[in-house]
Amino acid sequence: MTYLAKPRLHHPTLATNKVGYTRRDYEGKISTLCAGCGHDSISAAIIEACWELDIEPHRVAKLSGIGCSSKTPDYFLGASHGFNTVHGRMPSVLTGANLANRDLLYLGVSGDGDSASIGLGQFAHAMRRGVRMAYIVENNGVYGLTKGQFSATADQGSKSKKGLVNSDSPVDLVAMALQLGASYVGRGFSGNKAQLVPLIKGAISHGGAAFIDVISPCVAFNNHPGSTKSYDYVREHNEAVSRIDFISGREEITVDMGPGEVVDVRQHDGTLLRLRSLHPDYNPGDRYAAMAYMQRHQERGEVVTGLLYVDPLATDLHTALNTCDRPLNALGPAELCPGAEALARLNASLR
Amino acid sequence: MAPPEGGKAHGTTGAGVAPIEAVNDFVIKFANVNGSGSASANELFAKAILRMGVPVSPRNIFPSNIQGLPTWYEVRVTEEGHLGRRGGTDMMVAMNPQTWDADLAELEPGGYLFYDSTRPLPPSKFRDDIRVIGMPLTEICNAVYQDPRQRQLFKNIVYVGALAILLGIEPEVVEKLFGEQYKGKEKLLASNVQALHLGCDFARENLEPLGLRVRRADRVGDRIFVDGNSAAALGCVYGGATVAAWYPITPSSSVAEAFQKYCTKFRVDPATGQQRFAIVQAEDELASIGMVVGAGWNGARAFTATSGPGISLMAEFIGLAYFAEIPVTIIDVQRGGPSTGMPTRTQQADILACAYASHGDTKHVLLFPEDPHECFEHAAAALDLADRLQTPVFLMTDLDIGMNQRLCAPFTWDDSKAYDRGKVMSAEELEAGRDFGRYKDVDGDGIPWRTLPGTHPSKGSYFTRGTTRDAYARYSERGPDYIYNMERLLKKFATAATLVPQPVLRPAAGKTELGVIYFGSTSPSMHEALQALEARGIHLDALRLRAFPFPDSVVQFLAQHRQVFVVEQNRDAQMRSLLVNELDIDPARLVRVLHFDGTPITARFIVQAISAHVRKTQAAGAAGTKEAA
Repeated sequence: MTYLAKPRLHHPTLATNKVGYTRRDYEGKISTLCAGCGHDSISAAIIEACWELDIEPHRVAKLSGIGCSSKTPDYFLGASHGFNTVHGRMPSVLTGANLANRDLLYLGVSGDGDSASIGLGQFAHAMRRGVRMAYIVENNGVYGLTKGQFSATADQGSKSKKGLVNSDSPVDLVAMALQLGASYVGRGFSGNKAQLVPLIKGAISHGGAAFIDVISPCVAFNNHPGSTKSYDYVREHNEAVSRIDFISGREEITVDMGPGEVVDVRQHDGTLLRLRSLHPDYNPGDRYAAMAYMQRHQERGEVVTGLLYVDPLATDLHTALNTCDRPLNALGPAELCPGAEALARLNASLR
Repeated sequence: MAPPEGGKAHGTTGAGVAPIEAVNDFVIKFANVNGSGSASANELFAKAILRMGVPVSPRNIFPSNIQGLPTWYEVRVTEEGHLGRRGGTDMMVAMNPQTWDADLAELEPGGYLFYDSTRPLPPSKFRDDIRVIGMPLTEICNAVYQDPRQRQLFKNIVYVGALAILLGIEPEVVEKLFGEQYKGKEKLLASNVQALHLGCDFARENLEPLGLRVRRADRVGDRIFVDGNSAAALGCVYGGATVAAWYPITPSSSVAEAFQKYCTKFRVDPATGQQRFAIVQAEDELASIGMVVGAGWNGARAFTATSGPGISLMAEFIGLAYFAEIPVTIIDVQRGGPSTGMPTRTQQADILACAYASHGDTKHVLLFPEDPHECFEHAAAALDLADRLQTPVFLMTDLDIGMNQRLCAPFTWDDSKAYDRGKVMSAEELEAGRDFGRYKDVDGDGIPWRTLPGTHPSKGSYFTRGTTRDAYARYSERGPDYIYNMERLLKKFATAATLVPQPVLRPAAGKTELGVIYFGSTSPSMHEALQALEARGIHLDALRLRAFPFPDSVVQFLAQHRQVFVVEQNRDAQMRSLLVNELDIDPARLVRVLHFDGTPITARFIVQAISAHVRKTQAAGAAGTKEAA
């Protein structure tokens, strides 16, 4: 965690987006993570995605748990309220925050220790509840803050920096998210920004629970031969199912494409996900096919990336609860308190 | 109807013990089998007496089990209005063969046993110092009803009918209650009235009146009859809670269920059908408090309801809410601990766990309602206090108040009341250039200003975290920054002492050096005990605590009395520990009066404990020795 703000010096020619902000306006404090940490690349991708989406930074609430990954919300969107909660319990806090004010955009940032170990339950229940948010796990298979212990996503047989071999089966958060009912599920690689930025843009614009597992190598403790979460391993074993373009609904669509290769997915808010399927038989609208495909490739040691599943018409917890359009935190006594007369009638019924 | 063969009522009190004679002052207990449908019949019985203007104090007594096991319902009929549990039973309605021996043993000598005499029992199954009233309930129901469930259910109504005649309860009153209960459901109304009359008629023709009588009085006034959990839920509705997250646990589950019921009644927009509330049954207590923390952080009034084991699970989040300064309301309906303890029995044993919940140096605001009326008031107050103080606030009720209907003052509400949302800085204030330091004590009361997410494009945003920070919410491990915050939190706690409900003093009739401190559900038994002690010449000034932190008046009360009894329902004298610890008082001056068997404390117990101590002290004084507390 740093207390150093980046100097606010703008190059006069920096481009502004439609809401009048430059990329610099989406930055946060100076990162204290190790040089080369995959998490910093993810922060950069989030900054890029929010800038490109023309989001007003203060309309985002960014929440995290505990761990290296959970520190990162301090390093982007400095004008947003952030909340670094307790280990593994970000999803419930985000759920409550979302219930209080449905008008903000919710970004949940977590790690593999945070979400796959102590927070596995909260991760699971936030997915099945359909809380509208972009839930990003920065997955390096290792506990960085406590110096190199295996996390629950470390592959069976992979080696720690000290040479220990992991004997436990890994928790696959993508498989779980698919099984639990998340309506937008993707996997990215921190070393592939071109794929990651549109994946995040799609997640932020999605109408329900969006989950992205981002393989994010830990340069200090898990970037060595024997690790399946190292830069080299992921680069060599990356199996991308799709390339994704995110197109705002307000823009004319002018993306170059060949017939049969492209799936356009229009989301509920009018935005468009343009999926270039790299495998002609891959259908991102089929939850069960996605699960099978991913697991088949995983058996071969391949890391499947891209947008794996999307339900473009997904709704969220507010829809399920039928809550009012106005944020609950904006309601006053006139809307909330039944008043003295109703109380007198209630008293009468209790005699 | 004549008693069927084999169903002869048993005989009279023997062994020279006269039957108990009492009007509007007795205890009747129903021993039932869980799932037999007796609960609504028993409640009907209690309400009928209430409608005759005679106060009652009923209690559900139920072991932690599901269907088929024992359950009891005890009704204290009390013209004097003593709403605590009395102890002892004058009449037992013994409907559960499994608990027969224990139920029989519980009767006071001269008491009455009412039982289903369809199956004859040998004389050895009775006591000769009680009066036995047999009624062939099963046989009557089997003769009238074909459906097995009806045979079971109406047995309860039939005995209510018989008891009405035996005790002098007007059947018309019961019929009127049925009319209200089954409004618009004429078929149900007619069949219940029929069952009632079956019971009345049998009793008129075959049974003799008892020495126990209910006589019309005018002692109920405008009081209402309601359980504390419903009242607390209603307080949350009136207090403006919009987010509730909970996980089922006895005895608190009915708080969330009642909140759902009242919100559905009062908070659905008639035009759109949309809800002005959100209730989530979370996956566990960790998630439920997490959601409340998130909602509180984001400016909604939010609460959870739980019990001791839930508090244990929530402790980490409570510490975060304390240190990050987030409004949170927690309703703790206490039960017997530790661990799973006695899940369906009552205690006041979470005091220290809540006062100091979580690791590190923490202190939390606790409110102690004495009855459903205060459950309502304090729940609404807790939401205000949490927002004002930006901290967790606990409503400390217990099973005795929470799950039993209690006669109490009607709920009141002032429509001109605005919610105290505390120090929330608006976009306009930020725009006007007001200095915003999230953890800065600008007003000298220890309470900083906060902003809500999304307020302003460039001002007022900050990063909330459980790690330490400076006054501007910037991460800092500097000692002076840490100390500034920790001492400011203490100052805030001192401010809390001026805002919480103040203690209630009941001075003794004459001047005395003895005092007694009590709180929460102990209240009605304490009031009865004070009268009885007064009658024995033991005068006590009584102070009912309503909150922690302790206001100055508690310090003054302790200073004014040589010795103060602290009456509480736990083993380790937790409130006494809190008083000693927080007020730095000599422990020798605080005398423990502890009741912790899981049943509600009785006036008898308090009187016995205090008078024994006073006698001992007097004897020691007379002998010239120095008495230690």
